[in-house]
Amino acid sequence: MRRRHDPFHHQDGDLERFRFRLGFAAVAVLAAFAVLFARFVWLQVVQHDYYTTRAEGNRISLVPVTPNRGVIVDRNGVVLARNYSAFTLEITPSRVHDLEATIDAVSELIEVQAKDRKRFKKLMEESKNFESIPIRTRLTDKEVATFAANRFRFPGVEVKARLFRQYPLGDIGSHALGYIGRVNDRDLETIAKAEQEANYKGTDHFGKTGLEQKYEFHLHGQTGYEEVEVDAGGRAVRSLSRTPPVPGNNLMLTLDVKLQQITEQAFGERRGALVAIEPETGGILALVSTPTFDPNLFVDGIRSDDWDAYNNDPDKPMINRAIYGAYPPGSTFKPFMALAALETGKRTPQQTISDPGFYNFGGHQFRDDKKGGHGSVDMYKSIVHSCDTYYYMLANDMGIDNIANFMGQMGLGQRTGIDIEGESEGVLPSPAWKKKRFKKPEQQKWYAGETISIGIGQGYNAYTPLQLALATATLANDGVMFRPHIVKYVTDSKSGEKTMVEPAPIRHVPLKQQNIDVIKKAMIGVNKEGTGARAFAGAEYESAGKTGTAQVYSLKGEKYEAGKVKERMRDHALFIAFAPADKPKIALAVLVENGGFGAQSAAPIARMVFDYYLLGKLPKGAAPEDEKALEAEE
Amino acid sequence: MIVWRDLGRRLWHGTVDHLDPPLLIITAAIMSVGLATVFSATYDSNNRLIAQFVNMAVALGLMWGVAQIPPQKLMRFAVPLYVLGLILLVLVFLFGVKVNGARRWLNIGITRIQPSEIMKLAMPLMLAWYFHKYEAALKLRHYAVAALLLVVPFGLVAKQPDLGTAILIGAAGFYVLFFAGLQWKVMFGLAAAGAGAAPFLWHVLHDYQRKRILTLIDPTSDPLGSGYHIIQSTIAIGSGGTTGKGWLQGTQTHLEFIPEKHTDFIFAVFGEEWGLLGNAVLLLLYLLLIGRGLMIAANASTLFARLLAGSITLSLFTYAFINMGMVTGVMPVVGVPLPFMSYGGTALATLCTGLGILMSIQTHRMLVKK
Repeated sequence: MRRRHDPFHHQDGDLERFRFRLGFAAVAVLAAFAVLFARFVWLQVVQHDYYTTRAEGNRISLVPVTPNRGVIVDRNGVVLARNYSAFTLEITPSRVHDLEATIDAVSELIEVQAKDRKRFKKLMEESKNFESIPIRTRLTDKEVATFAANRFRFPGVEVKARLFRQYPLGDIGSHALGYIGRVNDRDLETIAKAEQEANYKGTDHFGKTGLEQKYEFHLHGQTGYEEVEVDAGGRAVRSLSRTPPVPGNNLMLTLDVKLQQITEQAFGERRGALVAIEPETGGILALVSTPTFDPNLFVDGIRSDDWDAYNNDPDKPMINRAIYGAYPPGSTFKPFMALAALETGKRTPQQTISDPGFYNFGGHQFRDDKKGGHGSVDMYKSIVHSCDTYYYMLANDMGIDNIANFMGQMGLGQRTGIDIEGESEGVLPSPAWKKKRFKKPEQQKWYAGETISIGIGQGYNAYTPLQLALATATLANDGVMFRPHIVKYVTDSKSGEKTMVEPAPIRHVPLKQQNIDVIKKAMIGVNKEGTGARAFAGAEYESAGKTGTAQVYSLKGEKYEAGKVKERMRDHALFIAFAPADKPKIALAVLVENGGFGAQSAAPIARMVFDYYLLGKLPKGAAPEDEKALEAEE
Repeated sequence: MIVWRDLGRRLWHGTVDHLDPPLLIITAAIMSVGLATVFSATYDSNNRLIAQFVNMAVALGLMWGVAQIPPQKLMRFAVPLYVLGLILLVLVFLFGVKVNGARRWLNIGITRIQPSEIMKLAMPLMLAWYFHKYEAALKLRHYAVAALLLVVPFGLVAKQPDLGTAILIGAAGFYVLFFAGLQWKVMFGLAAAGAGAAPFLWHVLHDYQRKRILTLIDPTSDPLGSGYHIIQSTIAIGSGGTTGKGWLQGTQTHLEFIPEKHTDFIFAVFGEEWGLLGNAVLLLLYLLLIGRGLMIAANASTLFARLLAGSITLSLFTYAFINMGMVTGVMPVVGVPLPFMSYGGTALATLCTGLGILMSIQTHRMLVKK
């Protein structure tokens, strides 16, 4: 009875119960193994294909092979941008535990300067964590060997052979060429918009400015792929297949880099811009903006001290004055005003005015530069001697709408569509423009008095040197306008096929040939007997030009004296010209910031450009300054 | 001559009398598979074949030695071994060496030891001895005391934290209770209570343990962290298919995608290279091993021997089940080696000592009856 009440002890059944429990355990074991087996069948039979794909995905990695970037050459085949191979030491931050310690350890083997570290940090902030970032570039063979022997100590650090962009001529033509730099978020957006993401896998450089930017997708090429077997650490074990990359297309420019170089040298220390165009095609022969910069510094990521030097320079070398700077054209505006007068019938060539040295309008006296005036002035004389009074009157007679309408046709005050980014529009003044520009109603009104100074290229007038050059080229080409372009053709790297840029004119300005001839004749006169005569004395070709001086600072009632005004307050010197006058091969606009009179500082540069381009004559040195030129000026 | 022959026979018998041929053959078969797999897992860089062979030889020697000890003598070791194990565990708790965030090792001057390993055998020995002692008059309080003897070491090991070993120790103890006749309703009651306490237990678990359970439910939630092990091992096994990729041909193995591939995750290497067929053979070998163990338990002559043999056999099953379960993604990753397959001397020594005990129980059976 006692045992019956003890639920834990049934001695007689002990062994039997034990064996029953053994049997139960055996069944449980079988059931558990059946579950495992079912799991094996699930993984290895039912899901086999899926896991095979996953295993292959693990094993095989597509490694992009970046194509060689296209080469850029000038119109004579001189190489302006090319690639060279160099070793870099790179760190993948995500694979390194203690970045500082790693860099310290690496620097015991290979020299790492403070500026290298600084640049590395800057690049790291700009890039994704899993990308490898250069800590040192251009390793010597000895450095490569030293690191290779110690590579095992530095997981996540490796030596890579990379192609670097090189601009062999340094800062020459840098504003046209532009530069490449490491891909940033904005570039990624551009790439995404162009649906080029796949093609940019593995690419870490992108055109930032100039032609490098504009022709990025031509220059880049087609990325190739290598199928490699990788281990869990991501290291390639062996190559399985390879699709070679297609190199980027090459650019042949219309630019003559020798001409570019001579022009840049002619500017010397002076700030300014020059745009030379082939009138028959719109091809840019020289696109100068001084000071220039060295694009090579940007390629591996610019060092902060270099960047600060450019950025803090009061001369602003990074600004492309040729296409971005907008300046009043000064008297270079006059030939176009005269042409407008002829086209609208407001003047005949023979019509004369009497110039007392000033023009009164609305109780305000507009003064001519020449005290006492030029006397009796016809159209030819007005251009050759740059008579202001003639144009004050003409502007008033024509009215602002006629002026704006005509100048717009000549391409002034609008983007030209040149094949680099960063053009500014400039200002073509008109009542409509003023309404848009200003907010207050009293400021929006156009006053007739404002039209007067527009006539001599002052007032609200502001055009880029490129626009002036294009207008000059269009005049030289008898009204047929070509879109200015720097690239002549793009050569397909695979087929060698050449794609020409802009072979056809974009606009025919409806001008009467007899009117054009009048203006051309007057502009020839400028260089023969007028304000440009000094600069073009003894030229072996006939050229046409017009000087100009643009006020930076308005002086009230005082006579302008260059020596008394601070350098930065001095007038800008301008000059437009084309040559040979009968069959123009080159047309240009020069601007020298704070250069004073156009005849004195701008025209000699034009002479140098023509001498070299037409005759192959190299300049003997800086043109001597000539006080007498001042007399002839305006 | 006769004397010599007699001596020879006696020597032979002295050597093999206490070995159990079926257990030995099955174990040798699994060990051979294990050696081949360890070779495949390690030959790329740091070949462990010879080292594992030595481990196995030592472990088999240990097995032979233990097999010579009759169960009655083994019983005498129960209390001292358990007490020693417990003291060492307390010492670990107080002065243990921390490795990878877990306090599992005890520095004893010359070397470091892992006392939890001792408990794997000390626990079933102790409980079997305890039930054997009170065989005549088992009462509820005896189960309660046994439960206490079980819970204290379990708790100490789980606290280290080493959940895998704690589960194995706990399981070994539980199997003794189960075979000793713990009532079903008590077990179900405890199971229900355990389920009820699960939310509370969740709070007690370490972060890494919780993470492992979470990633078991959804390994893709942390593919580069704690889910990585399971994802890569299931890819390895799944891609093995029916017949496997062939010995030394596993891409997951040889391109280093499987972590811990020669220790805890060796089954992934085996499954990838030998496929479903290989897995079936391995399961069968383990089944035979367990079956033989259960037979030995069924035929054992004393309660101590029955309980001990039953517990050791089911422990072998538990090792194998948990390991293959975790590698194929049906169990959390708890760090349990695969018996006779995974590289490592300590685990082999413990397992072979267990086998030695089974063999002792089997071969000393007649003597006891006589």
